[in-house]
Amino acid sequence: MEATATAKPIVEHQPVTPTTSRVDLVLKLVAYVVLIFVALLMFVPFIFSLATSLKTSQAVTQMTLKNMLWVTNPTTQAYQVARHANVFRWFFNSAFVAVIWIIGRAITDTMAGYALARMRFPGRNLIFLIIISTMMIPGIVTIIPKFIILQKLHLLNTYGALTVPFLTDAFGIFLMKQFFESIPIELEEAARVDGANRYRMFAQIVLPNAMPAVTALTIFTFQGSWNSFLEPLIFISGSKPELFTLPVGLANFHQAYYTDWPTLMAMAVITTVPMAIFFLIFQRYFVESQTSASIKG
Amino acid sequence: MALAARTHRSRNPIAAEDRIAGWMFLLPALVIFAVFIIGPILYVFWLSFHQWSVITPEKPWVGLQNYRKLFSGNRDFEIALRNTVWFAIGVVPTQTILGLLLAVLANRKIKGKTFFRTAFYFPSISSSVVISIIFLWLYAQNGLLNAVLHRIGLPTPTPPWISNPRGVIEMALGSFGIHHISLWLAGPSVALLSIMMMNVWTTMGTMMVVFLAGLQDIPPDVYEAAALDGATRTRQFIDITVPLLRPVIFFVLTLGIIGTFQVFDQIFVMTSGGPAKTTTTLAYLVYQEGFGNFSMGYASAIAVVLFFMILIIFLIQRRIVANQEPM
Repeated sequence: MEATATAKPIVEHQPVTPTTSRVDLVLKLVAYVVLIFVALLMFVPFIFSLATSLKTSQAVTQMTLKNMLWVTNPTTQAYQVARHANVFRWFFNSAFVAVIWIIGRAITDTMAGYALARMRFPGRNLIFLIIISTMMIPGIVTIIPKFIILQKLHLLNTYGALTVPFLTDAFGIFLMKQFFESIPIELEEAARVDGANRYRMFAQIVLPNAMPAVTALTIFTFQGSWNSFLEPLIFISGSKPELFTLPVGLANFHQAYYTDWPTLMAMAVITTVPMAIFFLIFQRYFVESQTSASIKG
Repeated sequence: MALAARTHRSRNPIAAEDRIAGWMFLLPALVIFAVFIIGPILYVFWLSFHQWSVITPEKPWVGLQNYRKLFSGNRDFEIALRNTVWFAIGVVPTQTILGLLLAVLANRKIKGKTFFRTAFYFPSISSSVVISIIFLWLYAQNGLLNAVLHRIGLPTPTPPWISNPRGVIEMALGSFGIHHISLWLAGPSVALLSIMMMNVWTTMGTMMVVFLAGLQDIPPDVYEAAALDGATRTRQFIDITVPLLRPVIFFVLTLGIIGTFQVFDQIFVMTSGGPAKTTTTLAYLVYQEGFGNFSMGYASAIAVVLFFMILIIFLIQRRIVANQEPM
């Protein structure tokens, strides 16, 4: 660093600017070409899936490269088959489960996050450390005990198995704690002067001001719930298809009719569209939280 | 000491209240945590020293038998370990390097930055099952990938991608006349490689977004000073960008290794561990032994080993980051 500072005056009169801007222009062009190519690479599988879903199973067997990503005579036949395979029941289940996860976590995570951010009580730091440590435990490690515990609670093969174990999460608590630590304490102090206790303070002052963070939490929870696969796969038996969520239903349908590509792709489209809409509306939140997670990590 | 603290705190009514209110606020979360996360962790350790076949309620104590079974030349475990390690070796550096390059390219004044970020990030928030099904179709004999390769005149593997058990290093060496190499050196099978490529496709964008955030934290005057010094773009990248991004690189690597050590969904949907067990990962082996063969104790032992592997990787990363001098 110091070397740079002393060297500065000597180099100053050299024609640095023109060459850099030329390099800049070339680099910019390269950047565009590469980024557009990769963006296409990201879209192609989804376009391929959408195009296939609008074809008949006969049409799919004899395709050239040209009509793989294009549809000449679109048909909703595959979507009809998907409807008969109960895909909208799975859709309902996925949506219902997501709503329960969101409500549960909005309550438990905000309360826990608030206690860890603002209250002083013995054992607080230890509890926070334990909660944070559980973030690195993969789902597969604890899946067998979870299965046994749910069996003992008579929750296997019910909506309870799809929801109860997920009513709180470490990342959400962490997110809310960070948020509560970042907001000014003055409002709470004013409420304290007015004689409010912690419970009233939380319900009337803190929670109404926490909506941005609760929105972020909702987005994450929706994503986690909508895409979750291992747990619903294990907790719902194959003989209860009326309780399948979309990913489990899709995997199950694939095992039974593994080459019915148009129907499988129709189901893939039905599963992806809500997430895509959600992502387009809230994409700022997704990218920002990924970023903040990485900086904290 | 506790007494002193108490008398001191009791002067402030809200502090005294917090001693109870704090736990009340934590209670709902703690109940779920205790029953479904902390409890299961302890339970999986306990189970790994027992034998249980689900059908009968008895769970006899078997000591270290499950662990002995793992480490005394158990072929399935060794294969799963090999597949998992190859998966991580192939995927983690690739996604990190590609993510970094994309971030460096996108970290300039270009139009449509938000569009690119959105496009690259979307696969990582899509359902893993959906992506697996789409790629199965992409990799099929009459799928898109083979059609593209035919068009540009490149060979396609037989049997097709996801059902091909041949090791890629074995194939490469085979073309030089070298045959009969060991289980580990044969490399990932074409089938596993196909899943690895899909994984890179999915996570590359996440890595890019993380790196992009890291790059934006580097003050531009550092580069300006280096440019005045006559440092080339390449030198700037090696001497400034990479060292300053080191914490982010470690974060991405750890995230990547932990992620690849628990690959399950893709294996379940695409290959069920086949062909010839060449895509059976450790996570899939836990599932297979537990819910396929109903050897819950043995499956728990594999889960415990997996847990410690991830813990060790995590601790090594923490140590490396902690030892770094602040810039």
